[in-house]
Amino acid sequence: MSMASFAVPSVGNAVVNRNELAEKIAVRNLDFFYGDYRALKAIDVSLYQGKVTAVIGPSGCGKSTLLRILNRMYDLYPNQTATGEVMFDGENILSPALDLNLLRARVGMVFQKPTPFPMTIYENIAFGIRLYEKLPKSELDGRVEHALARAALWNEVKDKLGVSGLSLSGGQQQRLCIARTVAVRPEVILFDEPCSALDPISTAKIEELIDELKDDYTIAIVTHNMQQAARVSDFTAFMYLGELIEFGDTSHIFTSPDDRRTQDYITGRFG
Amino acid sequence: MMNDPHTAKAFDTDLQELSRMVAEMGGLAEKQIADSVQALVKRDTDLAQRITLTDAAIDKLQREIEEHAVLTIARRQPMAVDLRDIVGALRLAGDLERIGDLAKNIAKRVIALNDEFPPPKLLRGVEHMADLVLGQLKIVLDAYAQRDDAKAMAVWRGDEQIDAMTTSVFRELLTYMMEDPRNITFCIHLMFCAKNIERMGDHATNIAETVHYIIEGRPIADKRPKGDTTAFAARRAAGER
Repeated sequence: MSMASFAVPSVGNAVVNRNELAEKIAVRNLDFFYGDYRALKAIDVSLYQGKVTAVIGPSGCGKSTLLRILNRMYDLYPNQTATGEVMFDGENILSPALDLNLLRARVGMVFQKPTPFPMTIYENIAFGIRLYEKLPKSELDGRVEHALARAALWNEVKDKLGVSGLSLSGGQQQRLCIARTVAVRPEVILFDEPCSALDPISTAKIEELIDELKDDYTIAIVTHNMQQAARVSDFTAFMYLGELIEFGDTSHIFTSPDDRRTQDYITGRFG
Repeated sequence: MMNDPHTAKAFDTDLQELSRMVAEMGGLAEKQIADSVQALVKRDTDLAQRITLTDAAIDKLQREIEEHAVLTIARRQPMAVDLRDIVGALRLAGDLERIGDLAKNIAKRVIALNDEFPPPKLLRGVEHMADLVLGQLKIVLDAYAQRDDAKAMAVWRGDEQIDAMTTSVFRELLTYMMEDPRNITFCIHLMFCAKNIERMGDHATNIAETVHYIIEGRPIADKRPKGDTTAFAARRAAGER
């Protein structure tokens, strides 16, 4: 009788060898404080070039905090400090000497709620590009079209680029925000629960988009939807109470995680 | 190893129901094995008839388990150990259904053997094999119910003995057939019965592998010891080297 062969991959046959991948962002011994409160505790995690990393965990576990450190978003608020290292292509982005505008052009972010600017669809995209580059009109048009096409929105809006971005549906608005992010040609895109306000069809479109974008970008996505994390990501990080509990191949985490807490969380047994 | 309850309690009920159905199916399969061998040893064609009817109940349970599993997957999108639990139940149901079919096949041979009288010694060999398989199945079903990996692994390793028994029964049957061609009919039937029982043992081993997978989340890494050398026995009896 033959050995049982299971369709689900497991420890023995890891899908990817992490050592062969390029580390785009390497977080080392990262602590984060909201005033005196230590929200992240000695986090070590890597984002790999061309791969999607999902960050999961219960509310308040620090996953959004982690994401917000990766483009120094926390700098906008007083009394928030990060210690440790976040190496981005070999450069520590926590360094005070870093050019924040340049960092945010290289690390784009898409938020939970779609946040189009109150301007035309065209301007929503062009606005960001103009912040970083001076381009002739024809070239700018090309960039806007390309960004909208990458975000799978071009066909739906090409005849109404002059109307307000706010007139679009929620799913279209979210894709507009992704187009806006893609337009400035970042290297890393951070998604903070990008689908939590969207219907299943729009969610599927965003997931399809993430799949298409990952060849050219390094992607991190925070999500509360386990199935979504399992579907879109190559690696998954599980965080709990400010700590990174487990990091590994998504296929492994969702079929046979090593840590009991990871298992309890993804199977709906938490507290 | 038992897990904490889910936040959604109905999910626990779904999983428990699935385990209960598999256990019920396991009980039926055990009874079918025992009955089929009793029918063979006692030449009881009435019992053999009843076995062929009971098989339908096993098939029905398998369909119900599949239905319940598919519904649970659709409703709960299970992950990790829950997913393995459900996939495991499906696999177990498949193995138990096959065991039922093999028992039914033995019962049919009992009916076909009506006028033949195999020597009791030969029947005892087959009966002994069935006892071993029944023991293995019982332990592995316990291992499933208790999620006991050590028990499952013991069954997985124990299949070697059954394979060795099969080889010796085969050898014996071959000598009877060579002695007198009139023995061939019942010997062939008995040979199939022995092979059926040996395959039930293989299914018990499969179940052990599934139980291990449910608990540990990965297939068994070792190679299983093999005791079945029936192919070799036949070649040697035919004068090959």
